[in-house]
Amino acid sequence: MHPAIQGLLTIAFGVGGCVGYFYLSNVILDKLIFPARGPHIARNIRRANMVRPWLFLLPALLALGLYLAYPVVETMRLSLTERLPGGGSEFVGLDNYSQMLGEAKFWEALQNNFLWLLVVPAVSTAFGLLAAQLTDRLAWGNIAKSLIFMPMAISFVGAAVIWKLVYDARPPGTEQIGILNAIYVWLGGVEPQQWLTIPFWNNFFLMMVLVWIQTGFAMVILSAALRGIPEETIEAAIVDGAGPFQIFFKIKVPQIMGTIVVVWTTITIVVLKIFDIVFALTNGQWETQVLANYMYDKLFRANDWGVGSASAMIIMLLVMPILVWNVYNARREMR
Amino acid sequence: MNAIAGQKPGLIWALRISVIVLVGLWLFPTVGLFISSFRTGDQIATSGWWKALFPTEQNLTLRTAAPETQVPEGDLWVIEGNLFEGESDAEISAWGTNARDISAYGPGDMAELRGGERLTVEADGSYRMEATEEMGGRRGPRVFVTAVVPPEFTLQNYETILISGGATDNMARAFFNTLTVTIPATIIPILVAAFAAYALAWMEFPGRALLIAAIVGLLVVPLQLALIPLLKFHNEIGIGKGYLGVWMAHTGFGLPLAIYLLRNYMVGIPRDIIENARVDGATDFQIFTRIILPLSFPALASFAIFQFLWTWNDLLVAMVFLIDATGETTVMTKQIVELLGTRGGNWEILATSAFVSIAVPLAVFFAMQKYLVRGLLAGSVK
Repeated sequence: MHPAIQGLLTIAFGVGGCVGYFYLSNVILDKLIFPARGPHIARNIRRANMVRPWLFLLPALLALGLYLAYPVVETMRLSLTERLPGGGSEFVGLDNYSQMLGEAKFWEALQNNFLWLLVVPAVSTAFGLLAAQLTDRLAWGNIAKSLIFMPMAISFVGAAVIWKLVYDARPPGTEQIGILNAIYVWLGGVEPQQWLTIPFWNNFFLMMVLVWIQTGFAMVILSAALRGIPEETIEAAIVDGAGPFQIFFKIKVPQIMGTIVVVWTTITIVVLKIFDIVFALTNGQWETQVLANYMYDKLFRANDWGVGSASAMIIMLLVMPILVWNVYNARREMR
Repeated sequence: MNAIAGQKPGLIWALRISVIVLVGLWLFPTVGLFISSFRTGDQIATSGWWKALFPTEQNLTLRTAAPETQVPEGDLWVIEGNLFEGESDAEISAWGTNARDISAYGPGDMAELRGGERLTVEADGSYRMEATEEMGGRRGPRVFVTAVVPPEFTLQNYETILISGGATDNMARAFFNTLTVTIPATIIPILVAAFAAYALAWMEFPGRALLIAAIVGLLVVPLQLALIPLLKFHNEIGIGKGYLGVWMAHTGFGLPLAIYLLRNYMVGIPRDIIENARVDGATDFQIFTRIILPLSFPALASFAIFQFLWTWNDLLVAMVFLIDATGETTVMTKQIVELLGTRGGNWEILATSAFVSIAVPLAVFFAMQKYLVRGLLAGSVK
């Protein structure tokens, strides 16, 4: 069957199926199981209303359970087992973890991930805050904002191509087509640099791509927060003779600290899962490995599910504090 | 800022200039790709794209027409024509017939070739080559020119990528595959999530708070964990790698954000509207379809954009759940990564295919930015 027809059928089937499910299940509940008539009308209505929320939730809960909750448990199990040739698996305890901890590539990935964690959220948030503040009351601020925000819509792969052109190097003596090398040569650099192959520093060139994408996100959120600051606090500061920098750092920033933390943690999560940029630009060569790409290598190139799952669990472990913090906050807010 | 900056005009200018610099920096890389996609491979490889907008001096190697086009003129044999074949408005400042001395002559000068032919090249590229005997050989002699070439752009790359290109260069199929992945994967989770969000927002039942907390938790679960268990699961139930699997995976991964966004929005709908409808005898199902869904349109649009961007731009989920060994179902992101690996030097192909793949999300972005911003503001966990 042609994929387009298959796609249309799936849409029709999915949408029709959902609507049909919700409609029919409600009808069955109200008309057949607990009919709102007869001697037990009050009891039936009450019971129907107790069941109904679960009808509404059922498909979502099934999907969430199967596609997000179950994999966490299953990955945990896989990380403790070893596949046997010819199918089946055996329990090996923490062998996968100790094998992983013995690999230099894993430590390189972990180290780089921490470097990313340190740099990307901080730089993106800082640039975002700067852009939000600068464009705040400019007449054409919205246009400027939407242009800075634009990379958000570009895929990591597209961004990788865009930045590969920026980092491109041609042999010395010929004209440089990568802007970075063109500037480097213009400033007096003799040998054009292969930026992505210089260990340690190449990490920063990869991070730049993500910073470029995430700054717009930080800017949008922080700019809304800046607008929400009560005018009086700023006016009072002006009356007291505060300069623009004092107002920004001592009046505005403290008031939006909560939002800054939110932006920071959101970008942190993106960083923990970063995969496409590294996969497309260096594929972990030249000491740029990160955890998610290490995991992909293990799962699909080395075909080692045990160690792959173990490294996935490390990512989960790193996400855990943010997960707990978010749930804690959400619960507090609901009270 | 106004009140303060108003006292110092210098500060206003500093502000404007820094915004312009910032926007310029952010725009520059994308513009580079965009312009490169309209240049030929030679142009990209020999000069930076930022020079493409201005006339540049280039060294070109051209040929005169083949000797078979020569015509007798009196007792001379003559070939006349234009080195650029009328395709360029370039202006020649110097030329030569020997690779070691490419600027031996100026426009209008006459050069004597090894075979005794006399060649004259004018500034606009038109030439006249004459010889006393009939000229032989298959091809015309080479002419090295130094010319100022005006900006030149071509749609050739787009033609190659979308229509005429060979197997690895042609993105038409991948474009179509991406679309096939994206549309169902955007529509289906919306519906499933909307019902769940309504139940979580407006129905009372034990365990509701716990469920909401669980969904906030699932928001950040890395999808890396889901790859192997779900691939195993898909193989066991027989869908293996294919569209159905990738649609289901995207639905599952998108649901937490969908439910979270929609619930937050639905909670804000005034209680009175819902209570009134209840008093008038509307069932929950009717309230949902007639009142909640239409009122929640902005939130639905926000999520739809997120999910669309995310599924369109996705690489990992497609590689794991969709693309099999035949490569029939490859999506654009995957094909671009392959191009990066195998044809990293062919910038005209790379730039154009990357631009084809980012054009659609960019269009959606600029058309529906309002909803995207609204969704971001609602969706960042507070």
